[in-house]
Amino acid sequence: MAELLKVSSLSKNFGGLAAVSGINMSINEGELIGLIGPNGAGKTTLFNLLTGVYTPSEGLIELETTQGKKQIGGLAPYKITELGLARTFQNIRLFKSMSVLDNVKTAMQKNVGYGVPSALLRTAKFYNAERWVEEKAEEYLKDVGLYKKRFEAADNLPYGEQRRLEIARALATEPKILFLDEPAAGMNPQETAELTDLIDHLRKKYNLTVILIEHDMSLVMNVCERIYVLNYGKLIASGSPEEIQNNEFVISAYLGEEI
Amino acid sequence: MSKNLLSRTNIIWTVLVLVLFALMTLLMQMGIINSYYQSVIFNICINIILAVSLNLIVGICGQFSLGHAGFMAIGAYSAGIITKMIPNYWGMLLGILVGFVISTVAALIVSIPTLRLKGDYLAIATLGFSEIIRICIQNMKITNGAAGLTGIPQLTTWPIFFFCMILAIMICTSFVKSAPGRACIAINDDEIAAEAMGINTTRFKVIAFVVGAILASLAGAIMANYFYVLTPGQFTFNRSIDILVMVVFGGMGSMSASVIAAILIGLLNMYLQQFTDLRMIIYGAALVLMMIFRPQGILGTWEFSLEKLLEKWKARASNKGSRRRYYG
Repeated sequence: MAELLKVSSLSKNFGGLAAVSGINMSINEGELIGLIGPNGAGKTTLFNLLTGVYTPSEGLIELETTQGKKQIGGLAPYKITELGLARTFQNIRLFKSMSVLDNVKTAMQKNVGYGVPSALLRTAKFYNAERWVEEKAEEYLKDVGLYKKRFEAADNLPYGEQRRLEIARALATEPKILFLDEPAAGMNPQETAELTDLIDHLRKKYNLTVILIEHDMSLVMNVCERIYVLNYGKLIASGSPEEIQNNEFVISAYLGEEI
Repeated sequence: MSKNLLSRTNIIWTVLVLVLFALMTLLMQMGIINSYYQSVIFNICINIILAVSLNLIVGICGQFSLGHAGFMAIGAYSAGIITKMIPNYWGMLLGILVGFVISTVAALIVSIPTLRLKGDYLAIATLGFSEIIRICIQNMKITNGAAGLTGIPQLTTWPIFFFCMILAIMICTSFVKSAPGRACIAINDDEIAAEAMGINTTRFKVIAFVVGAILASLAGAIMANYFYVLTPGQFTFNRSIDILVMVVFGGMGSMSASVIAAILIGLLNMYLQQFTDLRMIIYGAALVLMMIFRPQGILGTWEFSLEKLLEKWKARASNKGSRRRYYG
C-alpha cells in the first residue's frame, strides 16, 4: 500500500493555546483510519487543518498526487477539495435552501465542465453537462439511499438522513480521501449499524481512503483498521483497535489516572 | 429542469413573451396606453432590469451591494456621451458596449479585494464606490458636470426596452439554474461548506457581481437614450436604495418576486408622483413593517415555474379524468 497522506510535525496555535501540536501521521491508500480522543482534544482542529479551513502554524501536510508529492497545508479549501480531499461537518452544514439533489449537484463543480458563457447561452454543451451531472448526482443519492427524497428540501430531512446527504455531497467531489467528522453523532444503535455498512460499501465502491472522527466506540472499533488517539492536541497513541484498547495512555486519557 | 433548448416550457415562454409584446405594442399603437403611461411602463422595464440584476448579487449570492446606481451611471453616461457624438443605433450599441467594459473593470476593481473578505465589507465599499462615480461625473468636463448632459438622442424605443428587459431576466434566470448559479446559492447558504465542496467562493462572488453590474449599466444606457437629460443627481445613494427596496420587498433570491415588486413599486410611484418627499417616508415605513412581519419579502424565495404549473394542471386533469371514469 502506497502512502497517500503524510503529516509531519503539524501544529496550530490560537494565541497562546496550542490546539494541535507536533502531529505526525502517515495514511496509506485504502485505509480506514479512526481519530479519537476526549472532547477538546483537537480532533476537529486537525480536520480543519487537513482540509484547509485553518492554516497550519507549523508543519507539513503532503498529499501524493498524480504530479508527485504536494504540500497542501495552508491551501484554500476549494483547492484541497479539487486535489481529492472531501469532508463532512460535525455540525451539519448542508445548503439548506436547496433540494437534496441540488446539494449533491453543487458539489460537482470541478467536473461540470462548462462556464458562465455556456450557462447563459444555453449551449448544447450546457444541456449535455447538466444531464450528466444529474445522472451522476442521482447515483450518489442511490448510494446513500436518498434517491426517493431527491426533490425534498435538504432542511426537511430527518437528522440521520441529513448526515447521509452530507456524505453523498462529499462523495460528489470525487475524493481520494474522505474525512468524516462524527458521522454517527446523534444516531441510535440501529442507524449507527447502517452507517457502518454504508461506510464500508462506499469505501469499496469508490476506492476511498477514509478518516473518521467518532465518539461511538462500537463504530470505531468495528470498522477502523488503524486508530490515532489525540489528547490535549498531541498524539498519544496509534495502532490497531486491540492495541488502542489496551494502551495505558489511552485508558488514562479517557478514564483518568489512578491516584 | 428543462432538458434542452426546445423544451415545452421554453416554447410556451417564448409564445407568452411574444403575445405580451404584441398586445402592449397594439395598445400603444391604438393610443389606449398614452405617452404618460408609456413612460411609466418604460420606467418599470428599467427597474425590472435593475431589480433582477441586483437580486443576483444580493438575493442569490448573498453579497450586500449598495452601489447599483453607480454602475447604472457608468452605463448611462457612456451611452449618453457616445450617442451625442454618433446619434444613431450604432452609436447606441457602441455606447452600451463601452458601458459594459467600464462597468466590468469598475466591478472587478471594487469586488476582487472586498469579496475575498467575509462579511459586510462589500456594502461599505460599493456605497463608497457609487458616490465616487457620482462625484467624478459631477466634476468631469466630458460629462458636463453638475449641469448634466442634455440633448441625448432619443433612440430607445418600446421594442428595445422590452428586449433588454427580457434579456436581463433571461440572463439572471439562466444563471441561477446552472452550475455557477448553484455555486452562488451555496455560498449564500453556507460559505464554509461551499468552499469545502470545491467552490472557489471569491471567483463566483465576483462573477455574480460583474454580471449584475453589467446589467445595471445596460439599464442605465437605455434610460439615457430615452429621457434626453442626464444629471449626476439621478444616481445618488437614494437610487441604489430604491432598487434594493424592490429586491427586499419582492423576496431575496426570487427573480419572479423582483419582477413583480418592480412592477408594483413602479405603479405605486406613479400614484405617489405628487408626493416625492412622502414617497421615501412610505418606503421607509413599508420596509420597517416588512422586516417585522415578513422579513423574507412578499414572495420569499418562491419562484414562478411554468414547468411545475403545467405538471399541476396535468395532474389535476388526469385526476378529474380518472374520477369520471370511476364514477362513469
